[in-house]
Amino acid sequence: MRKSGINWYKYAAPVNFYPLAGKMIPWFTGLTIILFAIGLYVSFFVAPVDFQQGNSYRIIFIHVPAAWMGMFLYVLMAIYAGIGWAFNARLASMMATAIAPTGAIFTFISLVTGSLWGRPAWGVYWVWDARMTSTLILMFLYIGFISLQSSIDDTRRADRAGAVLALVGVINVPIIYFSVQWWNTLHQGATLTARSFKMAPSMLSAMLILLGACWMYSIAVVLARVRLIILEREREAPWLVESPAS
Amino acid sequence: MHWNSLSEFISMGGYGVYVWGSFGVTFVLLTAEIVVLRARKRKLAQRADAKTRLEARDSKLETVL
Repeated sequence: MRKSGINWYKYAAPVNFYPLAGKMIPWFTGLTIILFAIGLYVSFFVAPVDFQQGNSYRIIFIHVPAAWMGMFLYVLMAIYAGIGWAFNARLASMMATAIAPTGAIFTFISLVTGSLWGRPAWGVYWVWDARMTSTLILMFLYIGFISLQSSIDDTRRADRAGAVLALVGVINVPIIYFSVQWWNTLHQGATLTARSFKMAPSMLSAMLILLGACWMYSIAVVLARVRLIILEREREAPWLVESPAS
Repeated sequence: MHWNSLSEFISMGGYGVYVWGSFGVTFVLLTAEIVVLRARKRKLAQRADAKTRLEARDSKLETVL
């Protein structure tokens, strides 16, 4: 049987992944810029005014993608941390560490934009309803993960401790998602308001395009960060000592 | 296009503060993330340069002594 194709396993080694990530970053940066440009254009110049909420609803175009990114990235972080722990795969743990700050920022953005939308839409900046509270908990989980890892000197122990926290906390993500079904909340479920509110296809398009933009951004930033983590951690490794990092 | 003037666009039907506040915060935070990442990279590169310079100095001393 002929062995064909790329040997993917070699990219599990930081020394090989480092240049691959470097080559990928410009592509994702380009896509980020393009998708943000298109998405913002559709958000402000194509999507119509909302009958009930006027122009304040436009916050949705960044609020929903940011919220989704916060949730997706947390799950992804937990998966990488779990793989790093279960298979003792250093690079997987580094990816988890690299994802955390980006996920935290998107969660924070979703909280702030949600609050700014809540004021005109509901009259309040904040209520302790199920979705908002569980999203705030997600924020604390991210901060906890980052703090915990930076507080432990031994790298592999830090990775494992973070993995435990990430995996235990992952239950929060389905809670956020189903909160609007399980509890009586002020925050209406997307499936409920979507039918009556997101009638214009242009609104859905704007949201999905900006979601794509956030994904491209996240990939670019996480790859850049994991490269720095590789350099910081592998400082004494021969492949770095012999030729100084550029 | 449904904006009759720039001021209409900025005011967003009275909700300008909330809408531009939201997009503004997003822009600031995402830009800050990139800036911090760049600074971290620069610091690493500086340390690597300093290290190579120190090591070059050490090896020079060795050859002299």
